[in-house]
Amino acid sequence: MSYTSSPLVAPPRDWWQPAGRDEKLWLGIAGAWAVSMFVMMVIIWPAIGGQQNQIHDYRVDPSDFQAYTASFIEEHQTGELEGTPVVSPPPDTDIFLQASQFAWTPVLELQQGETYRILISSIDVQHGFSLQPDNVNFQVLPDFITGLEITPHEAGEYTIVCNEFCGLGHHLMVGQIIVVE
Amino acid sequence: MTAEAANRANDSILAGLMRRCNVTNLAVDHNAERLIMFNAVISVVFLALGGIMALLIALTRWEAVHLLNADWYYRVTGAHGAAMLIFWILFFEVAGLIFGVSVILNRRLLWPKAWWTAFGIMFVSALTLLGIMLSGEATVMFTAYPPLQATSWFYLFMILFAVGALIAVIMFFIELVNARYRGEVGPLPLFTFAMLAAAVLALWTLVSGAAAFIPTYLWSIGVLGHVDAGVYRLLFWGFGHGAQQINLVAMVGVWYVLAALTVGARPVNEGVSRLAFLLIILFIHMGAIHHILVDPGFSELSRAVNTSYFIYGATLGSMIHALSIPAAVEMAQRRKGFASGIFTWLKKAPWKEPGFSSLVLSFWLFGVMGGISGVIMGTVQVNMIQHNTLIVPAHFHMTVVAGTTLAFMGLSYYLIPLIFRRDHVFPGMAKVQPYVFAAGMTIWGLGTGFAGHAGMSRRHWDSTFGDMPLATDIFQNAQIDISLVGLGLGALIAGVGGAMYVINAVATVFTGKRTDTPHLPGIDPDALRPADPAEREAALHGHDHKRGFEFPGTLILVFAFLVLFMILYATSWFELSSVNWTIE
Repeated sequence: MSYTSSPLVAPPRDWWQPAGRDEKLWLGIAGAWAVSMFVMMVIIWPAIGGQQNQIHDYRVDPSDFQAYTASFIEEHQTGELEGTPVVSPPPDTDIFLQASQFAWTPVLELQQGETYRILISSIDVQHGFSLQPDNVNFQVLPDFITGLEITPHEAGEYTIVCNEFCGLGHHLMVGQIIVVE
Repeated sequence: MTAEAANRANDSILAGLMRRCNVTNLAVDHNAERLIMFNAVISVVFLALGGIMALLIALTRWEAVHLLNADWYYRVTGAHGAAMLIFWILFFEVAGLIFGVSVILNRRLLWPKAWWTAFGIMFVSALTLLGIMLSGEATVMFTAYPPLQATSWFYLFMILFAVGALIAVIMFFIELVNARYRGEVGPLPLFTFAMLAAAVLALWTLVSGAAAFIPTYLWSIGVLGHVDAGVYRLLFWGFGHGAQQINLVAMVGVWYVLAALTVGARPVNEGVSRLAFLLIILFIHMGAIHHILVDPGFSELSRAVNTSYFIYGATLGSMIHALSIPAAVEMAQRRKGFASGIFTWLKKAPWKEPGFSSLVLSFWLFGVMGGISGVIMGTVQVNMIQHNTLIVPAHFHMTVVAGTTLAFMGLSYYLIPLIFRRDHVFPGMAKVQPYVFAAGMTIWGLGTGFAGHAGMSRRHWDSTFGDMPLATDIFQNAQIDISLVGLGLGALIAGVGGAMYVINAVATVFTGKRTDTPHLPGIDPDALRPADPAEREAALHGHDHKRGFEFPGTLILVFAFLVLFMILYATSWFELSSVNWTIE
């Protein structure tokens, strides 16, 4: 039996009563579940997971980033794919991936099983790095570097879709990563 | 009602400033009534406009139809977001604030002119904003992330709209303090308490929005040279996500009211229900970080702590409501004699009453599809495989559309006849409307969710990529095709449900039969029942010698919900682990 008022009516001044047994049961279990989810996210997955969300972030001036990307391409370019330079960097170099309206530059050719440090930034507006078909997504901002350490485990062609609205040509912005054995 | 309030209300009725409602016996201030009318009608107008735009968007994303061109698709997507997430919801919520601080407290508004000013500013700004967004001068989406720039008028009217809303929120606080000061109310009715929680969240939200938009406006007119893209996102989401938390709290308040109106439900425990609102006030603003989980600029730990609402404090608040709402319904039904078995109370519930079906469907879709997907998406690491995909709109349409919008529709089936003093024109249509709308949203949500699950981006005009350089056919496969059929057909069905609602609302407001006693047979005789002092002793000491469960059916339902939650949560980690790249 509960001593409560309709939610449309003011309760009496002595409205307080202890929670019932059924409610305490649920409160305890729901509370335990909440703590479990926290432990999973903050302790367990960081210890065991292969996909961590530790962005190595830096501030950068967009024109500097554009210059870094240009010299990176110059140093490691191995070809061209439909007008976009293809770059095959060795694993121990920093990789630069530049987002702009409406292109990802350059196309990257990576070795399967090698670990790379990839630095992504925008030289104009905000963009979204969406690696498909694995569906890995990161935000790309001007003035910031989104830095990741990535290791591809399967050879093949991967597409980078822009998934942050960046202007009327947003849907035209596609890039590529080629993973070779 | 206190004696002071009763006397004052009686005097006002004699003076012709208030009226006594024949159905609820509440004393209704004529000013409050007119303000509720205008806010409610305008909110429904924006719902209708936003709904038409929703169909245009869905029929474009459904690649087999692909209705709009790119320019119009992006314009309409931005305008739809503003019309629905801000205008429809906020006008309805201002009506709710006025209802909570005037009508159900049986008191007159202290300062109606300020409320009218708020309404006027919001109305003019909202119309202007829609015009600007559809003109193509502000194709920056609802989020307007700099440095993508809109016309400066866009930012200016955004700020003005927020000023209007802020006036309403501040007036709510002033009215409440005034009511307390004049002895018109002691402890607040639970609905008013919920609206107070909503107003507290709104204050934070609007301050955050001002901090995002004022510098952006100054940048757009050339006063500031630069707006930091990362800082803007942090501030914007204090506003953007905060605004949805206002909806959440207002919706829970409406759920309690719908349960009271349709089955005479009262909260199981005043304290527990209020504690849940308090948990949400304390922790839910941290949810702003949900949107920037894969942004540079914040440590993983800070993102994890924030996004967990500090150890899921706000989730716990929502889990309490997940129990307390059905428990209130179950106990009310058992009191009525549907006490046998475990689920008789549910079978014998008034399923043909639009308020009850809206409550159940809104509660179910919000919790199961919106709530669980939200907690999963807000997990720092899992967010990497969901950010900015169609899972995001799938999630927030389950909360804001299937949840909040359906709950508000349900409430208005009572509010419109009572406030406008007219009979429903299409009561038969009202009975089926919640089912049609919910069915459409469920199909839409599943289709959109699965398309996002396959990686499809939100806000993307053409996922077939045509014949541009480096094009790909990754989004052309059977899973996506079927998902998009769900997205398109679901939207059409929900559109029919939405149209049924708007047609009945508009017809009732303008052509319904005038009456001082609207025909609302579904309102439970106990809808406005105060606490019974005779129950006090039993409530304080009764639990000790009680053997069975008080609400066994509800407990089974919430445990089933928890198991589903756990399964989906575990599945999402499994999916993350199956990504073929190591990311560190």
